[in-house]
Amino acid sequence: MKSCREVHRLVIEGQDRKLGFTERLAVRAHLLLCTACRRFAAQMALLREAFRRFPGD
Amino acid sequence: MPDALAPAISHRYSAVMTDPDLQQSLQQMRPTLLRFAMLQLRNEAAAEDVVQETLLAALEGKSAFAGRSQLKTWAVSILRNKIVDHLRRGSREGALPLVDENGDEDFDALFDGSGHWQEAPGDWGDPATVLEQRGFYDVLELCMRALPENLARVFTMREVLGFETEEICKELKMSSSNCWVVLYRARMRLRECLQLRWFGAR
Repeated sequence: MKSCREVHRLVIEGQDRKLGFTERLAVRAHLLLCTACRRFAAQMALLREAFRRFPGD
Repeated sequence: MPDALAPAISHRYSAVMTDPDLQQSLQQMRPTLLRFAMLQLRNEAAAEDVVQETLLAALEGKSAFAGRSQLKTWAVSILRNKIVDHLRRGSREGALPLVDENGDEDFDALFDGSGHWQEAPGDWGDPATVLEQRGFYDVLELCMRALPENLARVFTMREVLGFETEEICKELKMSSSNCWVVLYRARMRLRECLQLRWFGAR
C-alpha cells in the first residue's frame, strides 16, 4: 500500500501526465480508504476547474 | 502608400467604425480581458498590448462570430492566441531561470516519518459553489501573483492556455522532469495560499 506522501505526488502527476495502469490502480485503492487524500485530490480538481472557468463573471 | 489601396483601407475601417454597439460591448469587456492577460503575462504594458491587439482583431473580424452572447468567448479565444504568441516570442528572447530540482523547497514537511499527513487536507466543499462565491477569483489572482515568475508561466500555459506538458517543456526548453517539478510546486503553493487566504479564513 502506497503512503499518503506517494499518493499526493501521483495525484498531482496525474494532472500532467498519463499515469500507468499500476499507478492508477494504486491511487484508486488508496483514495478508497483515505479521507485525507480524497480531500487532497478534490482540492487539486477544484484548482483545475477554477482556471478552466477563468475569466468567469 | 499607393493611392489605389486607400479606398479599400478606408472602407475596411469605416465598416468597423459604424458598429458602435460592438465597440461598446468590447470596451465593456476590456477590464476582464486585461485581468486575464495580467494574470498570465504579469506585465502591465504587455497585457495592455495584447488586449489592444485583441480588441482590434475582434473589430476587424466581427463577421466571424454569430451572436453577441458568444462575443466574450470569442474575444477570450483571440486573446489566448495573442498571449501564446507573446509567450513564444518571450521564450525565444531569453530562457526562464531553471528550477533547482533538489532545492529545499519540497513539501516533505507536510508528512510525518511514515508518510502520513501531518495535518489532513481541509474539505474545500463543492467546486461549483466555491467558484461562484464573491471574491474567490480575487484571492486566486493574489495567489497567482505570489508565485515566482517561472512557476507562474509554466502553470499558466498548462492550466489556462491548455498546453500539453510536453509542449510546454519543448517550448520553454526544459527537461520533462524539470517541468513536472515546476508544475508540482506551483500546484502545492497555490493550494497552500488558497487554504490560508480563502478556505481557512472563512
